[in-house]
Amino acid sequence: MSVVAEKADLSLKYTAHYNEVKEGLLEDSADILNAPRNQAFRDFVSQGIPTRKFENYKYTNLQPAFIPEYSFMHRREPVEVDLNNAFRCDVPQLDTHLAYIFNGWFYDRGSQVGNLPEGVILESIEKIAHEKPELLAKYATLAKTGDDPLVALNTAFAKDGYFLYVPKNTVLEKPIQLINFLQAEKDAFVTQRNFIYVEEGANVQVISCDHTLNLNTYLNNSVTEIFVGPNASFEFYTLQNQHNSTTNLNSVFISQSRDSKATTHYATLHGGLIRNNLKYILDGENAEANLFGMAFIDRKQHVDNFTQVVHAKPHCQSNQFYKNVLDDEATGAFAGRIHVVRDAQKTNAFQRNNNLLLTDKATMQTKPQLIIDADDVKCSHGATVGQIDEEALFYLRARGIEESKARLMMMNAFAYEVVQRINIEPLRNRINELVDKRLKGEVARCHDCAYNCDC
Amino acid sequence: MTDQDKILAEVTQSDYKYGFFTDIETEIIEKGLNEDVIRTIWEKKNEPDFMLDFRLDAYRKWQKMKMPNWAYLKVPPFDFQSISYYAAPKKKPKYQSLDEVDPELLETFKKLGIPLDEQKHLAGVAVDAVIDSVSVKTTFKEVLAEKGIIFCSFSEALQEHPELVRKYIGQSVPVADNFFAALNSAVFSDGSFCYIPKGVRCPMELSTYFRINAANTGQFERTLIVADDDSYVSYLEGCTAPMRDENQLHAAVVEIIALDRAEVKYSTVQNWYPGDKNGKGGVYNFVTKRGICRGESSKISWTQVETGSAITWKYPSCILLGDNSIGEFNSVAVTNNHQQADTGSKMIHIGKNTKSTIVSKGISAGKSDNSYRGLVKVMPGASNSRNFSQCDSLLLNDTCGAHTFPYIEVGNKSSIVEHEATTSKIGEDQIFYCNQRGIDTEKAIGMIVNGYAKEVLNKLPMEFAVEAQKLLQISLEGSVG
Repeated sequence: MSVVAEKADLSLKYTAHYNEVKEGLLEDSADILNAPRNQAFRDFVSQGIPTRKFENYKYTNLQPAFIPEYSFMHRREPVEVDLNNAFRCDVPQLDTHLAYIFNGWFYDRGSQVGNLPEGVILESIEKIAHEKPELLAKYATLAKTGDDPLVALNTAFAKDGYFLYVPKNTVLEKPIQLINFLQAEKDAFVTQRNFIYVEEGANVQVISCDHTLNLNTYLNNSVTEIFVGPNASFEFYTLQNQHNSTTNLNSVFISQSRDSKATTHYATLHGGLIRNNLKYILDGENAEANLFGMAFIDRKQHVDNFTQVVHAKPHCQSNQFYKNVLDDEATGAFAGRIHVVRDAQKTNAFQRNNNLLLTDKATMQTKPQLIIDADDVKCSHGATVGQIDEEALFYLRARGIEESKARLMMMNAFAYEVVQRINIEPLRNRINELVDKRLKGEVARCHDCAYNCDC
Repeated sequence: MTDQDKILAEVTQSDYKYGFFTDIETEIIEKGLNEDVIRTIWEKKNEPDFMLDFRLDAYRKWQKMKMPNWAYLKVPPFDFQSISYYAAPKKKPKYQSLDEVDPELLETFKKLGIPLDEQKHLAGVAVDAVIDSVSVKTTFKEVLAEKGIIFCSFSEALQEHPELVRKYIGQSVPVADNFFAALNSAVFSDGSFCYIPKGVRCPMELSTYFRINAANTGQFERTLIVADDDSYVSYLEGCTAPMRDENQLHAAVVEIIALDRAEVKYSTVQNWYPGDKNGKGGVYNFVTKRGICRGESSKISWTQVETGSAITWKYPSCILLGDNSIGEFNSVAVTNNHQQADTGSKMIHIGKNTKSTIVSKGISAGKSDNSYRGLVKVMPGASNSRNFSQCDSLLLNDTCGAHTFPYIEVGNKSSIVEHEATTSKIGEDQIFYCNQRGIDTEKAIGMIVNGYAKEVLNKLPMEFAVEAQKLLQISLEGSVG
């Protein structure tokens, strides 16, 4: 079959599927989730599945990921595994409010949420949409369906995901941990829609971990909308650890009010094709945004970090720091856009992207961008692709450290710059350990995976 | 209004100084574009047969292409059928000395400061002056001919050295490279051709001046520079255009081919009419410039000072094919009023141990938008390649914009690519420092802007550096000295 025919078929396939399941999607969902569905699907059709011809997807072709015959997880299905046995959290000493999300559905049995402070809600978005739709008043206002086909497709299919609400001036001592599992009988297309609302003066840390529990092919398309209120503090850690035939497409949108602080941290340890869309809107004065990311990938894995930071108000600050280590035939991409709108004066925006290529077959593509329409700003970006600094290496060797060790030290230091920004200590230690193992070649490939696959 | 604001306001309100119009009889063919027009151009210029195929091939490919819209520019819709694709001064002059040249034309050149007369011999400048597409006069040809250097108009080259043109045309900019290059390939009227034979070091700076003159005629220049093994040439291009209310299109193509160990230095000062303060009129400058380092250890460097044009769309590029070849790009781009510029460079590393440097300095004022867009691509086979890019933007007020869009693609582990960009305005502390030492604000801004651009201006040949400073002065009048 020709490529052109395939492409047309692909769009038709999804259109046919939508028409087929539309009734079911609308049937048992709340109005608030149903309202944008049809328009969202039209937006998806008009944009199509992204190819390299889309400027925003220049370095990631998603067409092949949409080709397999997936079964769609539009309904909550009974969970057959005992999650507590099938999965051990691989971060020891981490004491959290734990909840599971299973194939995109919030799983309320067996979770270890524990005692949440008064007023904090950690629930299924489906339930909230039915019972307290007023909390979802801002649903789909950040994730615009006209801007991105994946967001459009997610909005059209959205049924469930997690919902987190932290009331005014509430400080959570323990982080909230959300574990996203993929396990289906057949290859599966999973849609997950999340919503986080952090009220004024509140303080919360969220850890989101992605895992696969068997070897089927998965496509996971998730969208998370996050609102951070005035003077609130929010930290979001994402650990990606899925097998090689997973496509993980996730879009996170964060809107910050004045004096708030938000930090995102992506650690990509394993995965097939990963696309992290991340958009910050600094919508209040004196807000601070921190974006960190690191990826250690090999084989034919692909990681694409796509960030946008919109400085909509004056006196805001943003820092971006992304590091990638690419081995074998891995391909990496980074695109970061800082947009300072007119009159957003006194903006400080910084961005750095450093990449290490370990083989000649690994490739890295980076696209840092600045769009600046105000004059009293300090903005800079820097990007490097290369290897370890030979002079530093020489320095170490001159002090009697053998080359392989020196190289490892340097690589560790390279990664540590990002790792050290993790504020949850057990998590930082664990990631540091994993990175260390990974760099030593004792690859923690699907570490602790019970399936011993050769992926 | 503070002093600084006042000065900046003055700066942004200066008029275009090179706006005048020379009344020369020109021969213009009917507006519009079709295969017949292309045949007419080909016939009128009495070109060899292969050129017709070349032009028609380009035209047919162009028809299937769409005007690019990825740049950070607002380009009003343009009707390519509404312009005439050929304009030639009617009396094609073939003068023995300057006295015979149409005095009005000489006056024009004088206003522009083109060194066409004898004095310029001392300056070592040979000028191939181009007015509306047809070369009027070529000087110093004999001097160059002694060394075996061919420097003539493109039409002449097609008559006298068709085999050379045929061999090299389209080698670095293929006919269907992009929308504007294809259009140029189909309808280009004239331009310059330069061939430096093996082992020859060109004794003087070669230069060519372009001007758009007749109303409603697009200008499609084509320049081809071939530097054979072990040769060296420095080439200057400068342009100013008379004031005109209707938008004019300029879609030039410059091709450079550097063979083994050859070095080509290409410097541009661009000052087309930028439109008035309200953004009315001005030249649309859509240029394709590309050099290919075919030979080992060859070097191509682009230096540009861009101050004019309502819209600039220009990415001088280097394809580093030969091992150990070097590409350089140095640019100062100034935008004012409603000007828009989307400019930068592409460095494609194919050969081993290739090196490239990009230095881009953007200065935005008024309501303008100034973007840097660049690509550094290291192919898997280009081991040990090295690139360093630096793009700085300076914002002079709060209504302009400065944008940076670099693309970096690295395909092997032994190469190192670095990119840095900063955006800022002139620091109050810097001005204060100057004030403290008795330098008034106006001079201080001038010094700072000049110092900011110095790194690039220094790369220009002597003759051009003066003119470049003048152009900066015109663009940012009152503050730059």
